[in-house]
Amino acid sequence: MKLLSRILLSLVLLTFIPAFAVAQLRRPTSNNPPDPAVEERLTKLSRELRCLVCQNETLADSRADLAEDLRDEIRDQIRAGKSDQEIVAFLTQRYGDFILYRPPVRPKTYLLWFGPFILLLTGLAILFRYVKRRRDLIEEEPLSVADHRRAEELLRASSRKETA
Amino acid sequence: MRYLIPLILFGVLVAFLAIGLGRDPHEVPSPLINKAAPSFKLAQLKDPSKSFTAEEMRGRVWLLNVWASWCISCRDEHPLLIEYARTGAVPIYGLNYKDRPEDALGWLQELGDPYVLSVSDLDGRVGIDYGVYGAPETYLIDQQGVIRFKQIGAVTPDVWTKNILPLVQELNRQGTAK
Repeated sequence: MKLLSRILLSLVLLTFIPAFAVAQLRRPTSNNPPDPAVEERLTKLSRELRCLVCQNETLADSRADLAEDLRDEIRDQIRAGKSDQEIVAFLTQRYGDFILYRPPVRPKTYLLWFGPFILLLTGLAILFRYVKRRRDLIEEEPLSVADHRRAEELLRASSRKETA
Repeated sequence: MRYLIPLILFGVLVAFLAIGLGRDPHEVPSPLINKAAPSFKLAQLKDPSKSFTAEEMRGRVWLLNVWASWCISCRDEHPLLIEYARTGAVPIYGLNYKDRPEDALGWLQELGDPYVLSVSDLDGRVGIDYGVYGAPETYLIDQQGVIRFKQIGAVTPDVWTKNILPLVQELNRQGTAK
């Protein structure tokens, strides 16, 4: 019983971990009081941006110094009334498209965006052709009289077994 | 013949993977190459009452080296910079990035000072303008104030002789020809 309550308690505590993580993310570094609307836009925007120091983390998740500086910069720009597009343009001018987790669609990234669909279509075409060729190989052969009789005997034998 | 197409496809895949292996994912191509170097006005490290602007360097080819006393690779790079500064091939200016001035000054005193002068980017704002994401970084800026080359990470003898020096010489030749 004691063990069970302990397990339950740790499970309850575990559920709080994400809440703490969010609380930490939203802790403002500047002295100004946090504005919930600004913080929400910052979180939304920084989830779409890559931290250049630890490249597989978003700017929202990263605890690198540069990520903190960039979050401050974005926060300042939001406060200054810049639109999301303007802020993203500001960052890509300095760090390149690499900072975007969703790369823009342009000739250089066509292969990246459409490559998987091309592969899928090619695969489907090959599969279709293969199946069709296999189907063409099958030749219809009518049953001979002997085959017919044998099949009937088998069927009769199995139905007898079932009723028995 | 049956196996030829899969074999070719496999070869293509291997070639792509081999190219990918040879690349350093930490080297992100800078969009600032062949663009005007962002302007800045910062206090000089050794004399904060004086400032320095990127515009002062118009008409000259120069290097801007981003460094900090907390940066470990900068320590590796430092003796090379001192050696290259001594050759006088190109003036090296320092951008002391997010550092405490007293730490930075101690560092220069201990290891030597290859810089014509260093400026203090205390809050890293100029660093953001230059797209700095991992010190040391070095920018080669031409007479018109355009960034011509960027080295991410420490300058190595290879980079110096193969990239920086030939470009400096070419830019200087073009500059005098005009």
